[in-house]
Amino acid sequence: MSADALPYEEASPRWPDRRVERLLGALVGALLALVATLLVVVLARAWPSFAHNGLGWFGAGGNVDHELQAIFLSGDVGGTPVYTLHAWPLLWSTFLITGGAVVLAFVSSLFVAVFAVEFAPPWMRALLDPTIRLLASVPSVIYGLLGVLVLVPFLGNHVISEQQKASVAYIVSLSGYGLIAAVLVLTVMIAPLMVAIFSDGLRTVPSGWLEGSLALGVNRWRTFWKIAVRTARPAFVAGTVLATARALGEAVMLAMVAGSVGFSPNPADGLVFLFEPSRPLAATILSNSDGLSAPPMRATLFALAAVLLVSAALLSLAGYAAKQPLKRYGIQA
Amino acid sequence: MRALSDRAGLLLCWALGLLFCAIAAAIVIFMLVQGIRYVRPALLVTHPTAGFGEQDSGGFLDPLIGTVLVACIGIAIALPLGIATAVWLSEFGRPFGLARAAESAIEMVAGTPAIVLALFGTLVFSTPALGFLSRSSGGVVFGRSFFAAGAMLSLVALPLVVGSTREGLQAIPAHVREASYAVGKTKAATIRRILLPAARPNVVTGTMLGIGRIIGDTAIVVVLLGATLTLNGAGGVPGLSTLRGTGGTLTSYVYRNSPTGEGNQPQKAYAAAFVLLAIVLALNVAVDVVKRRARRHAWST
Repeated sequence: MSADALPYEEASPRWPDRRVERLLGALVGALLALVATLLVVVLARAWPSFAHNGLGWFGAGGNVDHELQAIFLSGDVGGTPVYTLHAWPLLWSTFLITGGAVVLAFVSSLFVAVFAVEFAPPWMRALLDPTIRLLASVPSVIYGLLGVLVLVPFLGNHVISEQQKASVAYIVSLSGYGLIAAVLVLTVMIAPLMVAIFSDGLRTVPSGWLEGSLALGVNRWRTFWKIAVRTARPAFVAGTVLATARALGEAVMLAMVAGSVGFSPNPADGLVFLFEPSRPLAATILSNSDGLSAPPMRATLFALAAVLLVSAALLSLAGYAAKQPLKRYGIQA
Repeated sequence: MRALSDRAGLLLCWALGLLFCAIAAAIVIFMLVQGIRYVRPALLVTHPTAGFGEQDSGGFLDPLIGTVLVACIGIAIALPLGIATAVWLSEFGRPFGLARAAESAIEMVAGTPAIVLALFGTLVFSTPALGFLSRSSGGVVFGRSFFAAGAMLSLVALPLVVGSTREGLQAIPAHVREASYAVGKTKAATIRRILLPAARPNVVTGTMLGIGRIIGDTAIVVVLLGATLTLNGAGGVPGLSTLRGTGGTLTSYVYRNSPTGEGNQPQKAYAAAFVLLAIVLALNVAVDVVKRRARRHAWST
C-alpha cells in the first residue's frame, strides 16, 4: 500500500514516530533527573547540620527555639557557624499531630466511605459527593484562618479551664493554640482525601462477591464489612499513605494553629497534654524561611526538609510493601 | 446482640456522614457571612498599603493579580510537561524501567511537601545562571520572583495533570487507535488528532484541579515569592519586571493578615479568604460541568 493513496498523511511526515517517541522520552528523562536532583541536593545541603550533631540531632535537650536563634545569629559575617540542634520537640510534634489526625481521619473516613458507597440513600449520596470534594479543595490557609479565628478562641475561652492554665503556667501558656486544635483542623483537611480513595476502592469490589454472601443469608451490613471492606484493603493503604504525606507536609495551617512554640507536649500532664502548644517540622521551616540567607540556618532548614522528604519516601515505600501480600489473593489496588 | 452492633454501626455511619456535611456547610455559610460583611468592590481594585487599622490598609488588588500571574505561569509549565509525560507513559512507555521510574517520580513529586519544593527552588533560582529570572545585585542572585514561584508551583500541579490526562488516554478503547492506524495515520498523528482531542475533558479537569492546587498553595509563595504586600518589579522592562520581581498572592495575604501574621487585620483576611474560596469553588463547579458533559460522550466499548 502506498502512502500517496492516503488522504490525510504526508508521505514523509514532519514528525515521524521515532522522533516523537525520543522527544517525549527525553522530556520524561529530564523530569526524572529533576526529581533525582531534588533528592540529592536536599540531602547534600542538609549534611552539615547532621554531621555536626550526630544522632543528637534527633534527641532532646535544651530549648529548640533558642538553638535555632543561635544558629541564625551565627550566620553573620565573621562569626563562627553554630549548628547545635536537638530537634526532638519538632519531631515529636510532627508525630503527634500527624498521627492523631491520621487515626481520627482513618476511622471516620472508613465509616463515611462505607456509608457513601453502600448504605446512604440516593439523596444523601448526592449530598455527600460534592461535600467531600468541597472539603478537599478548600485551601489550607483558609482552614488555618478559620482555626485561628474560630476554633482557637473557642478552645481558649470555653474549653480550657483557668485551673488547667495555671497548672502548667510556669512552662507554657495555654491559649487554645495547641495539639487538639491542630489535630482537629488537620483531620478535616485530610479526611476528604481518604474518603475519595476509599470509596473508589469500595466501588470496584465485584458485586457478585457481595451477592454470593447475601445469598447465604448474611445481612447487608456484615456482608459489606466482611467482603467489600476486606477486598478494598489496598485502597485503604493507598489513601492512608497519601493523606499521611499531605499531613506531614502541611506547613501553613499548622504554623497558624499549632502554637508555634518549640515545646514537646508531655502525655504525663494528663488532659492538659491535649492543649499544649508545639510546632511541627514543616511549620518550623516556613516560619524560619527568612533565615535562608545565613549558611548555618540554611543547612539546618534543609536538614528539617530532608527528614520530611525521607519520611514521605519511606511512607510510600511502606505503602507499596503493604500492598504486596494482598496481591497474592488477586486483590487490585 | 449482633443486630444491635450492626444498628450501632449504621448509626455511626449516618452520624459521621451528617457531620461531614455539617462541617462543609458551616465553612461555606460562615465564609459567606464574613464575605458579605467585609468584601467591598473597592477592595478588589485598591492597592494594599502597610497600615495599622482596617481603614488604612487598602485593598488586595496586588495579591489578586499575583494569584492570577502565579496560576498562569504554573499551569503554562505544568500543562505541556504533564501532557507530554502522560502521552509517553500511556502510548510509548518503553523501556519498561524508565516508565516505572517515571511513575515513581511523579508519585514522589505528589508526595513531596510543598515547603520542601520551595527550599529546593531557592537553591535552583539563586544560581547565577538563572539570575535573569529574578533580582540580582553585585553578583548575588536574590532567587525570589514570579518565575521562581511559578516554576515550583507547576510541580505541585504536575501530578494532577499527568494523572487525569493518563486516565483519559487509557479510557480510549484500542479499536480507536487501530482504526486510525488502518487509514495510514502515524502514531504521532493519531495522538495529536485523535487521542488528545478525545481526552480533552480529562485534560481540562486535570488543568483546573492543578490551578486550584496552585492558587491554594501558601508555602511556596511565602518562600519563593517573598509574600510582599505589593508587586515589586525588578528591572526596566514593563511586563517582564513584574515577573522578575517579588509579590504576593491571596493566600499569602490571608496568611499575613491572620492574627498570627505580621499584618493582623482579620477583616481583610476574611475578605481575601472569601474571594479565594469563591475562585476555588468556581473551579470546582467548572470541573463538574466538564465531567458531566464528557459523560454524555463516553466511549462505548
